[in-house]
Order: sequence, then structure tokens, then C-alpha cells
Amino acid sequence: MFERLTAQGKSVSVSFTFEGEAVEAREGDTLAAALLAAGVTSFRETPVSGAARAPYCMMGVCFDCLVEIDGVPNRQACMLLVAEGMAVRIQRGARGLG
Amino acid sequence: MEIFDVAVVGSGPAGMAAATTLARHGAHVVLLDEQPAPGGQIYRGIETLSKRDPALLALLGPDYARGLDLIHDLRASEADYRPGSAVWQVTPEKQVWYSRAGVSQGVAAKIVLLATGALERPVPLSGWTLPGVMTAGALQILLKSAGVKATEPPVLIGAGPLLLLLAKQYIDAGIRPAAVLDTARVSKFSALRHLPRALGATGRKYLAKGLSLMTALRRSGVPIYRGVRDVVIEGEERVEAVRFVSAQGPQRLAARLVALHEGIVPSQQIARSLRCDFIWDKSQHSFRPVVDSWGGSSMPGVLIAGDGARIGGAVAAEHGGRIAAFEALQQLGKIGEGERDEAAFAERRAQQGHLAIRPLLDALYPPPPAILNPHDDVIICRCEEVRAGELRAVIALGCQGPNQAKSFLRCGMGPCQGRLCGPTVTEIFAEAQGRSEDDVGYYRIRPPLKPLTVREFAEIDIDG
Ligand SMILES: Cc1cc2nc3c(=O)[nH]c(=O)nc-3n(C[C@H](O)[C@@H](O)[C@H](O)COP(=O)(O)OP(=O)(O)OC[C@H]3O[C@@H](n4cnc5c(N)ncnc54)[C@H](O)[C@@H]3O)c2cc1C
Ligand code: FES
Repeated sequence: MFERLTAQGKSVSVSFTFEGEAVEAREGDTLAAALLAAGVTSFRETPVSGAARAPYCMMGVCFDCLVEIDGVPNRQACMLLVAEGMAVRIQRGARGLG
Repeated sequence: MEIFDVAVVGSGPAGMAAATTLARHGAHVVLLDEQPAPGGQIYRGIETLSKRDPALLALLGPDYARGLDLIHDLRASEADYRPGSAVWQVTPEKQVWYSRAGVSQGVAAKIVLLATGALERPVPLSGWTLPGVMTAGALQILLKSAGVKATEPPVLIGAGPLLLLLAKQYIDAGIRPAAVLDTARVSKFSALRHLPRALGATGRKYLAKGLSLMTALRRSGVPIYRGVRDVVIEGEERVEAVRFVSAQGPQRLAARLVALHEGIVPSQQIARSLRCDFIWDKSQHSFRPVVDSWGGSSMPGVLIAGDGARIGGAVAAEHGGRIAAFEALQQLGKIGEGERDEAAFAERRAQQGHLAIRPLLDALYPPPPAILNPHDDVIICRCEEVRAGELRAVIALGCQGPNQAKSFLRCGMGPCQGRLCGPTVTEIFAEAQGRSEDDVGYYRIRPPLKPLTVREFAEIDIDG
């Protein structure tokens, strides 16, 4: 659904995993941008009905980009930069912010 | 705990201009922003872009490039700029708590200057929670910050200058939107009474820009549907189609990506959590904090500038940031009242020019009734999946206001803390109970305003 605009010769690539699959991203990408560019369409499942959600606002407002990173839930993918070796998973159900 | 004269929250045009001005006059200032780089919403990602991708910078337009100067001045100043710092609490004693790289820290300040900007107005439509539905701002953020564009032509739904701007930027980036569904309903004539005011020299530039955006859109051949209403976004796992009624009758378009936009509203979270007074702004159809001509809120020592005080656009925000900075300098005893007034005079003059276009924009693009008072089956609280009809049902049973609705329905209790349902909940109460928005009020907002991990909570160094 999304792709990179330009060839971006100078940029450094970063690799991480999403649901166990390897993903290549570009240094400086937010995690949400990297996942969207990699074709991911579901970031979390809601605690109420289990519906799939994906980023809506990309600016830290909607929290529909919440994922689990290295076992820690409630990470806002649109506000975090990708880092080498991150293990990212779909957030299933977790509720609240604590 | 570190102590500063001023803690500025938000490094958009307002916060950058404020922090730079404060530092230049010898104030000890910290500038906190949750984004990885300065610029705020409008100048997002601009430093990286200017180095890595000048062609994309050119494509985004000259208004965007203006941010480089502001950033340059900030970087050259003594202001202690801390990116990646999400402020999750400001206490009445003016301790500012923020989370940076998974660690929470606090700073103490004599004055807090909030420059947290605006967010896009929630657009509760049937199907707006489906993956593939984003805001126009979100598509623009992908373009600015990551050079990522859609492979599928988006269907743009809504109205307002930012929607037009996104359409133009997308066309220039080589991807033509599938269609624009224009929801504006205002007779252009009633808006025209604001024209004389808008037609100051600066106002004329905004008008010319708006017209050139519209012309570019028309020339591009993107289908534009006018007078659009009854929008339903369809899909099972993700967006598949959009149904609507336009001036030409009922329509259905296949779509894999939808971008919504109905204008922007001030971000309320921090000022609300501090119990600052708010007022309903009829012309902008949103709450805004009560501030004096210096940005002073109802809380002593808390100043608010930029779009977070009142929607006025990026350049007005910049001037507002400086005006508030002069006030802070005077309160700190760094400058006298005379110097403050004199310095602010030129800023106010310049700001007026940029604000003159606003009444016209507000009159041209009022939010459509369907998103203010959505249909019963539309989800209004995305986090807890509460529908408008459920809220109306508890109101009919005697639920008094937004805070009671939280305990009845959990709406506003999810991770977004009501950022995306608060405005709708207030509207629905106002309509159902025949009260004013001021009378209904808004959710009480409590920290933490940003997600913290359990570990982070445990490790907070309260005395540090
Ligand atoms: C998505 C979006 C896109 C926009 N694009 C354009 C555009 O292209 N052109 C245009 O003319 N106008 C645009 N605007 C309008 C915009 O509001 C400008 O008028 C301008 O950016 C306002 O400047 P500001 O300094 O008031 O706030 P902003 O530029 O919004 O800056 C506020 C800053 O505060 C930070 N912040 C907020 N809350 C916290 C917190 N709790 N902790 C830490 N930091 C926080 C944010 O990360 C942000 O960087 C856009 C608005 C939005 C919402
Ligand atoms: S996409 Fe909305 S908070 Fe991240």
C-alpha cells in the first residue's frame, strides 16, 4: 500500500523483525513508517472486539499504532525510531497505559 | 531536579521561536518535544529532508522550507533542546515530567510555556477505524518524515486548506488521488462577507495560495465530488470501498486507502490536566484555552502559544511564541514592561496580518454536522469501541456529562485518553440535552498523558 519515494542512495539500512519476519528499514524512519512501507496492515487488535487496527494519525494522538517491542507492550510505533534488531509484535488486547 | 527559568513544551514554530527568544535574552530554557527532530507539525522532518532529499523539499513547497531558518536559530541559541521527550505530566508546581528513551525524568521551571500545537479534528464516520483509513495529516507525515507515499491512489474525504495541500503534494509526488470528496456545504457567498478583512496584503497571499491549490487540483483531472454527505467507509478487515451521496446522487468508489480531514483543533491535554480554563470557540467549533493577549492562561506561570492557544497557522504561531516569550522574560525580571511592550508590538502587527485570513477559512470550512453528531451506529471512541447510539442511550437514562459517561461506557478511558472522542462526546451531550458546549464541558484529563512502561513507573526518581 506504501512505497519509498526516491532511490535514497545515501541512507543507512536497519533490520528488525515483525512477527518473526525480517524487515528492512531506513535509519531515521519511525517504526510505523517502516512497517507501513513494508506492507504491514495490522498493528494491533482491540481489547473489545479484537478488530485489527493500523496507524490513523501518525502523530501520537490515536494510539492505533501500539505494538509490542522486545516483549514490552504499549509502544507507540509512530513516535519511535526503528532500531537494529528490534523484535516487534502485534499488540493483542492489552488495555490502559501502565 | 534540574531547575530552569522556563520549560517550553513543543518545538513547532511557536515553541522554537519562544525558546530561541528566551535564550537570546539570557533565560535558562529547556525545550521538550516528543518528536525526534525540531519542526512541529508543519516543518516536520525538514532538517533530514534538506540534507537527504532536496528534491522532495522543493516539492513540499516554499512555506515548508521557512522552517529551516527557525531551526537554525534554535540550534545556534543556548536553549537546551531535548528531542524524543514526551511530556506526560506538568504539575501545578511546574515540575515537568517527561519520558525519553524509555526513562522518565523531571525538570522544575519557574514558568511553563505550552506550545503543543493542534491535532486534526476527529472525523467519526462509519468505518473510520478500518486499517487503510488515515488522516490527511498522517499521509503528509509519511511523505515528510520518511519519504513514503501510497502506492494506491487515496480517496480524500473532507474539506479545508490542509486537504487541498495534501492533494497538491501528492500530485507533485507523482500519485494522483483517486478522488476528492468535498464535504464543504457553505454557500461561498456567506463566506465572502469576510473577504474585505482577509484582503490585507498578507491575507491576499493566503488567498492566492489557496486558489492556486484549487486550480492545480482541477487541472490534474482528479475527480472532485461536491456537496458530499452520508459517507460510509466499507470493508471487512480493511477498507474496500466508500459509499456517499454527492450533488450528482448516490455513489460508490472502490478504495484501498482513505484520507480524512475536517480541519484542526487545539491540543488540550496538558492545559486540561492543569485545570486551565477553557472556552468554546463558536467560529472554530472547538474548545480553546482562555488566554490573555500575552498567552497567559488562567494558571499563573503557565503560558500558551501557537495553534494550541487558537488555530492561526504556522507563521502566526511563530509570532505568538515570541510574544509569550517576552511576557515570560518580563515575569522573570529579565526585561522591563516597556521593553516587553515594545518588542511585542512588531510581533503583534505581523501576527495580525496572518490571522486576518482565519475568519474566512472558518466560515468556508465549518465541520459537517454528520461528524459532530454521528449516526447511532458510528464508533465515536476508537479505543473502547463505543458507538454514538450507546452514548445517547445512557444520556436518555440520565447520564449527566462526559465524566460520568466514562464510568458508564469506558469511553475516553482507553490509551488515547479521549483525544479522539472528547470533542464528539461533548457535542452529543450538547445536542441531546440542549445545553451549550461550555456548559457540558469536557473530560477531566489526568496524567500520565503519554504511555509509560511499568518499569518506567517503578524507576521514576522522584527526588532526583
Ligand atoms: C498533522 C498536521 C499537519 C500539518 N501540516 C501543515 C502544513 O503542511 N502547512 C501548514 O501551514 N500548516 C500545517 N498544519 C497546521 C499546524 O498546526 C501549523 O499551524 C503549525 O505547525 C502550528 O505550530 P505550533 O508551534 O503551534 O504547533 P506544532 O507545529 O503542532 O508543534 C507542536 C509540537 O509539540 C509537540 N508535543 C505535543 N504534545 C507534546 C507532549 N505531551 N510532549 C512533548 N511534545 C509534545 C509535538 O510533537 C509538536 O512537535 C498541520 C497540522 C497538523 C495537525
Ligand atoms: S498512529 Fe496515531 S498514535 Fe501512532
